[in-house]
Amino acid sequence: MQAVTPVTIIGGYLGCGKTTLVNHLLRNANGARLAVLVNDFGELPIDADLIEAQDGDVISLSGGCVCCSFGDDLSRSLKTLRALDSLPDHIFIEASGVALPGAIGNSLSLLRGYQLEGVVVLVDATSVQAASVQKYIGDTIDRQLNDADLLVLNKMDLLNDSQAIELRQWICEYYAHAPLVEAVYSKIDPAILLNIKTGRNSRDASNQADYTHDISSMYSSISLRMDQQVDVPILAERLSDKGCGLVRAKGFVMDYDNSIKTIQVVGRRWSVTNAPAGVETGLVCIATSSELTEEKLRSFCNIEVTKQDAAKLQCGYFD
Amino acid sequence: MRTPVPVEFQAQDTYHELEMTTIYSAKKIITMNPARPVVSHVAVRDGRILGAGTLSELVGFGEYSLDERFEDKILMPGLIEGHSHAVEGKWWRFVYCGFHDRMDPHGKIWSGLQTMDDVIARMQEKEKTLDDPTQALTGWAIDPIYYSDKKITRQMLDCISSTRPIGIIHASAHTMSVNTKALELSDFMRAGIEHVGVPLGDDGMPTGELKGPDVYFSVAQEAGFDGNMLEFDESGLIDFSRLCVRNGVTTATDLAAQLSDDIVDVGIRVTNETDFPVRIFSFRFHIGLTPQELIEQVKSLKLRSTDRFRLGKIKVIADGSIQGFTARLNWPGYYNGAPNGLWYIAPEQMLAIYEMALEAELQIHTHTNGDEATDLALDTLEAALKKHPSNNHRFTIQHGQLINAAQYRRMAKLDMCVNHFANHHFYWGDEHYRLTVGPERAERMNACRTALDNGIPLAIHSDAPITPLSPLFTAWCAVNRLTHSGRTQGEYEKITVEEALYAITIGAAYTLNIDDEVGSIEAGKQADFAVLHEDPTAVPAMQLKDIGVWGTIQGGRVFAASDI
Repeated sequence: MQAVTPVTIIGGYLGCGKTTLVNHLLRNANGARLAVLVNDFGELPIDADLIEAQDGDVISLSGGCVCCSFGDDLSRSLKTLRALDSLPDHIFIEASGVALPGAIGNSLSLLRGYQLEGVVVLVDATSVQAASVQKYIGDTIDRQLNDADLLVLNKMDLLNDSQAIELRQWICEYYAHAPLVEAVYSKIDPAILLNIKTGRNSRDASNQADYTHDISSMYSSISLRMDQQVDVPILAERLSDKGCGLVRAKGFVMDYDNSIKTIQVVGRRWSVTNAPAGVETGLVCIATSSELTEEKLRSFCNIEVTKQDAAKLQCGYFD
Repeated sequence: MRTPVPVEFQAQDTYHELEMTTIYSAKKIITMNPARPVVSHVAVRDGRILGAGTLSELVGFGEYSLDERFEDKILMPGLIEGHSHAVEGKWWRFVYCGFHDRMDPHGKIWSGLQTMDDVIARMQEKEKTLDDPTQALTGWAIDPIYYSDKKITRQMLDCISSTRPIGIIHASAHTMSVNTKALELSDFMRAGIEHVGVPLGDDGMPTGELKGPDVYFSVAQEAGFDGNMLEFDESGLIDFSRLCVRNGVTTATDLAAQLSDDIVDVGIRVTNETDFPVRIFSFRFHIGLTPQELIEQVKSLKLRSTDRFRLGKIKVIADGSIQGFTARLNWPGYYNGAPNGLWYIAPEQMLAIYEMALEAELQIHTHTNGDEATDLALDTLEAALKKHPSNNHRFTIQHGQLINAAQYRRMAKLDMCVNHFANHHFYWGDEHYRLTVGPERAERMNACRTALDNGIPLAIHSDAPITPLSPLFTAWCAVNRLTHSGRTQGEYEKITVEEALYAITIGAAYTLNIDDEVGSIEAGKQADFAVLHEDPTAVPAMQLKDIGVWGTIQGGRVFAASDI
């Protein structure tokens, strides 16, 4: 099977925190080799301490990551990446401030070897409502938000309580299609966008991430054993349903034909692909509400607790 | 090109040739200098004009040789193409598949292809000359709106070859048609593709039509469009200059360049050859750079500018195109209800670029097609000028196809110029009328009359290679406003022949801020002339496009189209 590189698109208008998010992900890559494609090497696109060398359009970063500028030709830039010594584990495309991230995602679907994992759109909490009715870019911002599989309401620390409530209501009214996470300085749980390990050690992996406790407390991570066969697309779709309360799910599950599939969910987008050989089944899910329990999740997704699961649970396997 | 002069003789020859005074006589010399609009002689020394007048007026400059070879020709100021792309020279290596007759750099007229069968036949002819059965076969300028079924499928192109990738870029450059092999090589030949730019056939496979550069870029590479589709190379630049000579052009633009160090080196070296016949203005476009980086790069480019390779100007692209439905339109938007187009720059970025450019005294030309994009450019310039007032910025709107009267009035207040896409009327005017913006707005597209009535400095352009480089044809378009179907579209916006000649000479020179150097035939200016077989002010306006071009004189150097 041809290796498929996951791609996440980061969109949003100027000043919403896309670059800050990219740096945050690079700092928390946990050994994953990320490639970041940016529209231009903007003012401080990458934190200086992460940069090891620059060669034309390619900047080498610590930890085997790279950053390329793509200007007006994304496919050429992806080719440049292919020509590097080793393929990156995950590609992030930082769209320009006026680009429609969904359109970039669509173009990507034409190229073999890439799997669109999700379109994440950052929102500047302080300005989005005013900007959305601005003469020139109002409809562009509207389209960007509608393109989102996952919305990140950024700069929430700059709002007072009543402003925050009003903004949440506004988002609920107009952009209810996508799950929402709130953030300060673009610091979201990196596991929402990075490929975290799944299976038995998953909780450890996500807990190792280097972000502050007050941020991690905004999320709850739930690991599910998945020993039984399931209808994989139906499960994936269910996990991506907003009513499920997840912002992210990833894992390996067994289909009715005994094949192991990879499930990827970022916000409302899900994908199912053949899993690499030798993986163990299991799902890791991230929710923004601490009220989501394993029980509720299993019930919403119709995942039965198998006898083996129950036995292991009793043994405190997941602890 | 002429045989190069061996280096050891070059300096001496040049010295004699240029230090001497040559007085040219002509049947008529149209100066575009209203104080002496027509003269019989022009005296040239050292590549510049000593004077224009009668022979007896000019002999006062001293010893001269009289050159009477243009006795039966008409001289005009060298024509100026204010919006073209030098890459056309490169595209002529591909097979010309256009509907209209078109002249190549070597003067061969390629007949327009009236049916899809003609296109196939011409591609097959080229196919027979290729030995390697896997080599790409590439065509350009096809325009399926002229063909009855309007769709070109991969199966049609498979008839030419199934072993080699084939791609034909459409005249508008928005779409590419490819064969099955090209789809296979670029991994597009599979079921399950869901993309608005990739129509599928009944079999669920792509039809071979690829809409939008973001879709066709990766296939284009397989189909023979190597590297950067908008960037000239050495022999392409020389071929472009040949097209210029054949069309009377002595100054042309390369309006959307990335200008890497390598390309600047090529541009400077090639244009510096003693027999290179054109002055090229290469504009750095904004995409891929931050405002700060753009300004810094263009500032340093300006320092590398030479007489024939002019650098230091900026192209900003505000929106897309009207026929691609990517232009930003004000209400009521597209006639067919298509959603509004796309921004290629954020308002904040445009403001930053405008402010920094005004401060650094760099000139900007801004591509707008839709009227909303023009509004943005006007708002932005008005704001930027408050911060950095300038009384000679000459910021120019390029295309500005939907500028309305109120916008021209504002542009006049802001001292802006416009360069309209007059050729568009002829090629796509019927489409605009029928589909994109509807009758009323189609009639006022490229409103040259209203621009001039508001005192806006005006140029008109071809956007070559999108339409053919030929300022006299462009003038014909602006004067007659005929569409391909033969309708006059926008009677009110017609301009006179004299006004059109102004737009392709001194008007265009003004937009490039070189009206002190070129654009008219008068003492002190560059000796840049278009040499014509007929008098554009004497032939019927409908024949403007048919006037034969003998060649040019550029910087005092004579270039006959027949030798170029």
